Amino acid sequence: MEGEAPATLADAPRMLPPLTDLNRPFWTGGARGELLIQRCQGCGTWVHPPTDRCPSCDGELRAEPVSGRGNVFTFTINRHPYNPAVPLPYVIALVELAEQEGLRFMTNIVGCEPDEVEIGMAVRVQFEDRGEIFVPVFAPDPDAG
Amino acid sequence: MTTSIKDQTAIVGVGATPYYRRGESLPQTTMEMACKAILAACDDAGLSIDDVDGFSIYSGSIDPASVAQVLGIPEIRWATTTTSGGGGASGCVGVGSAAIVTGMATTVVSLMTLQQAKWRIGGTSDKRPDPRSGSGSVYGGQSVSPETGFMVPYGLSAPGHSFSLLAQRHMALYGTKREHFAEVVISQRDNASRRETAIKREPLTLDDYFNARMISEPLCLLDYTLETDGAVAVITTSADRARDLKQQPVYVMGSAHGGSGRWGQFIGWYQMPDDIFASSGHRPVAKRAYEMAGITAADVDVALLYDHFSPMVLMQLEDYGFCPIGESGAFVADGNIRWKTGSIPVNTHGGNLSEAYIIGMTHIREAVEQLRGVAVNQVDNAEIALTTGGPAALPVSCLLLRR
Repeated sequence: MEGEAPATLADAPRMLPPLTDLNRPFWTGGARGELLIQRCQGCGTWVHPPTDRCPSCDGELRAEPVSGRGNVFTFTINRHPYNPAVPLPYVIALVELAEQEGLRFMTNIVGCEPDEVEIGMAVRVQFEDRGEIFVPVFAPDPDAG
Repeated sequence: MTTSIKDQTAIVGVGATPYYRRGESLPQTTMEMACKAILAACDDAGLSIDDVDGFSIYSGSIDPASVAQVLGIPEIRWATTTTSGGGGASGCVGVGSAAIVTGMATTVVSLMTLQQAKWRIGGTSDKRPDPRSGSGSVYGGQSVSPETGFMVPYGLSAPGHSFSLLAQRHMALYGTKREHFAEVVISQRDNASRRETAIKREPLTLDDYFNARMISEPLCLLDYTLETDGAVAVITTSADRARDLKQQPVYVMGSAHGGSGRWGQFIGWYQMPDDIFASSGHRPVAKRAYEMAGITAADVDVALLYDHFSPMVLMQLEDYGFCPIGESGAFVADGNIRWKTGSIPVNTHGGNLSEAYIIGMTHIREAVEQLRGVAVNQVDNAEIALTTGGPAALPVSCLLLRR
């Protein structure tokens, strides 16, 4: 084991994906502070994970910025050292974006104690700068409620 | 000419190796254990290995070609595997039944063999890449693919995380509590305590449950399946033939595998609609199997529900209609799943949580023993048993058996 885990998740190693044409907007939009999600140019449906055509109407998909706001749909607080280099505990959550019901993706909740996370909590995206990739994570939304 | 499998086939033989703690089955190989289980099942049925002409397995558990070679099987007429890990466990007997009813095969083996010495199902970690997962696992591995890359970076490391997400939502929607998970765990441990095959037999109290190590909230160590080695095989043949064999036939009343398209790749996408998110994904297969069998939940005498994680037993109770959606917590708190006293005894063998984890085959074995009247924790006058495979990604599955 290589020494202690860093103090925060932002300094911990993350296994990051290779970038492709499809996923590049999602993983790099954070450089401009944008969370980019594909939107069907035909029916307006937001689609994630990114894919080639709209699953609803076969329309063309283009990455557009969302508001970055959402709520915690569900979460779990991991307390097991699967990777000793990652500080514990950390929160894995599904955040549902405000733009569309069911538009959810996995993320970490940061900026609060794990015990403060609740289902339904309003959150807003922020980005962890990992060089080429900006990892979307979510923190309690200061403007909510 | 009938096109339903209902009552047309029967399980006629069951065979198994002992159940071992993870890694303790060495130096046997998984092939060796599979063959031992198959031969034991033939012996149980009063069949010869030469009679076997089909394999309906799941999760690619064994290569039928290799088994045929090692055991000297003359001809294979059916070789299919139901996809998606443990989700296909029960349903593969239904698939085998379809082969028999169509006349494409006569004597079909379903089985699982596993050994977790070198790698652990669900034990993937960023630090210790799992070469079997490669880049194809959402739980990490040697590398990350663009598809799995939406999960892995966030520290999703094992199936326990996935099911914790479902459990947490179930608690928020319906008021389900950890005490309800504990009731499943404690009831099953109680069942296992009377079984010599069980890995864990020491009784558990509620204090033991709440003192157990938390893995990923809301699930603690005791909410997780055991990690074990072993093999279990069953043999299915036509109902007519079954009546001439050694054991009392256990007839297949119905089976289904699949699920809602939106349940889809649950473990990969998590975008199931809210009305099924905090569920086991079994409602569609439950409906189809009950319709095929012509019965309802009220007719089931014993339920062997796939229990890799205790909350999923609760959700299956709902999805199979033993209690209303969202009310499984109160249902189990009232003692309904207990052997002897409950309205629907669940996992009378102790299950994945306490007896052994052979990815759903022990549930079929227990159902057969119950219906033959030889189970350790025998349910009086058990006539109809339900077994399930998964929750998992699609397909999930179930099997309805009767004596």
